[in-house]
Amino acid sequence: MSKAARFGIVSAGIAAGAALIAFYIVSYLTVTPPVVAATGTAPQVNLTLQTVAAFGHPPHVDWVSYLAENAHGKWVHSTVLRVPANSTVNVTIYQFDTATGLRNPFWGRPRGTAGGTINVDGKTLNVLNPDLASHTFAIPDLGVSVPLKGVADDAKNQCSVAPCSLSEAHTTVKFSFQTGKPGKLRWQCFVPCAAGFPLGFGGPMQSLGWMDGYLEVVG
Amino acid sequence: MTEIVSGRIPHHGRRIIGIWLVLTAVAVPLIVLVLGPHLPPGRMTAEAASQRDANVLMTALLVPIALLVVVCFVYSFAVFRQRGEVILDGPPLKGHAGAQLFWIVLTSLIVLALAVWGSYTLIAGSHGAGGGQGPDPVAKPNGYQHALLVQVIGQQWEWTFRYPTYGGLETRDLAIPNHVLVAFHVTSIDVTHSFWAYELGVKADAVPGVDNVAYVHAHKTGFFQIRCAELCGLWHGHMAKKGRVLSSSAFQAWIAAAKTKNAAVMAYLPKYNRVYFPAPLRRAG
Repeated sequence: MSKAARFGIVSAGIAAGAALIAFYIVSYLTVTPPVVAATGTAPQVNLTLQTVAAFGHPPHVDWVSYLAENAHGKWVHSTVLRVPANSTVNVTIYQFDTATGLRNPFWGRPRGTAGGTINVDGKTLNVLNPDLASHTFAIPDLGVSVPLKGVADDAKNQCSVAPCSLSEAHTTVKFSFQTGKPGKLRWQCFVPCAAGFPLGFGGPMQSLGWMDGYLEVVG
Repeated sequence: MTEIVSGRIPHHGRRIIGIWLVLTAVAVPLIVLVLGPHLPPGRMTAEAASQRDANVLMTALLVPIALLVVVCFVYSFAVFRQRGEVILDGPPLKGHAGAQLFWIVLTSLIVLALAVWGSYTLIAGSHGAGGGQGPDPVAKPNGYQHALLVQVIGQQWEWTFRYPTYGGLETRDLAIPNHVLVAFHVTSIDVTHSFWAYELGVKADAVPGVDNVAYVHAHKTGFFQIRCAELCGLWHGHMAKKGRVLSSSAFQAWIAAAKTKNAAVMAYLPKYNRVYFPAPLRRAG
């Protein structure tokens, strides 16, 4: 084989490798879950979410995840939420996952919510027993941190595939928070709930559409 | 080259030394008197003040050395450049035992003096200089037995602070009293963080299972910045907040308010301990 031919083959191989790497990076950066807008009219809107222990579908069957309900009452696998600026957002989260507890019990106290309280299964609380917590809903830039009560380990009729139905074992957590000026904020579950990842903070905990998302505050 | 041919050999060494002396005489006072007061991290605490003094001294020592190098470089560039088309070899370079000895002795003395001064500052001067000294500090300030204990807990991705003297109160905010020796006990409940209270001059690693002690003595009230100085994961950049040095009465009022604010969660907090090994790790793979 001539020198030019060998050079051509090596160059083509390098170019193909670079193209594959570029494709992977671009694909990773540009895949964004669909936006789910809050229902209602500013300055009072509603967001409804659920958490599931295992999504139950490809590409990550066993990943823990949030889902959001859209204006048509359909559950969407997304954590990109759109809310109006300078409004009160009334959040309802249906918790279908079991409790794992909080690493630091201090986070059992809700912050950034109206009145500093949350409503769990009809009861208003200013602190949740940390051992009963399953996840948190936190928007650090707004100072919001809400512990979410998990389903009892021995509860019957536990959900195994998303989206879960309200006929399956769950807890209901309600709270309100206030938005400020328009912007794009990150929100996240801060309980290390990613089973199978170092210290529980990998995989779904750092993936948009799972336990990590955006709050698009629009004017 | 022309000068060599004509027999006039200028005293380059004297010229260089002269220029260097003039520049040094101007630069060093400017650094000490003008730049010095603006060097980090300020004088909010005794430890921060000693760090600033160290920064001023080091800069004042460094500048003459840097100037000597720069003056030699610029002088050589300007004076010894080849002019015209004739290329002649320069005179051979020879070693100068006296100059070499002088340089070795001078630099050795500077380094040794800094080592002695640095060791004194670390151990006796400012008692750890605000750095974490591990669970059993070597440099303990006077009255360390009566220091106010403040436990700093790093966690992904927040700092919380416990006050064992006040019933194990835990808060999101950090406040310390002015003119009181404080012993920070820094630890972590997950990965390695680093507690950096910039204006206090405190920086101590927060390592799981380790109680890292750093002393600080505030001299001024005001705000200080808190950062995590160890890349600790996705929200590492979020581990930033402001702490406060308060007057004694304001600190007591702040403690009372924090107790009320966090009363509900106090019942769930573990007993104060130097380190924690949190139980909810079962989901962590």
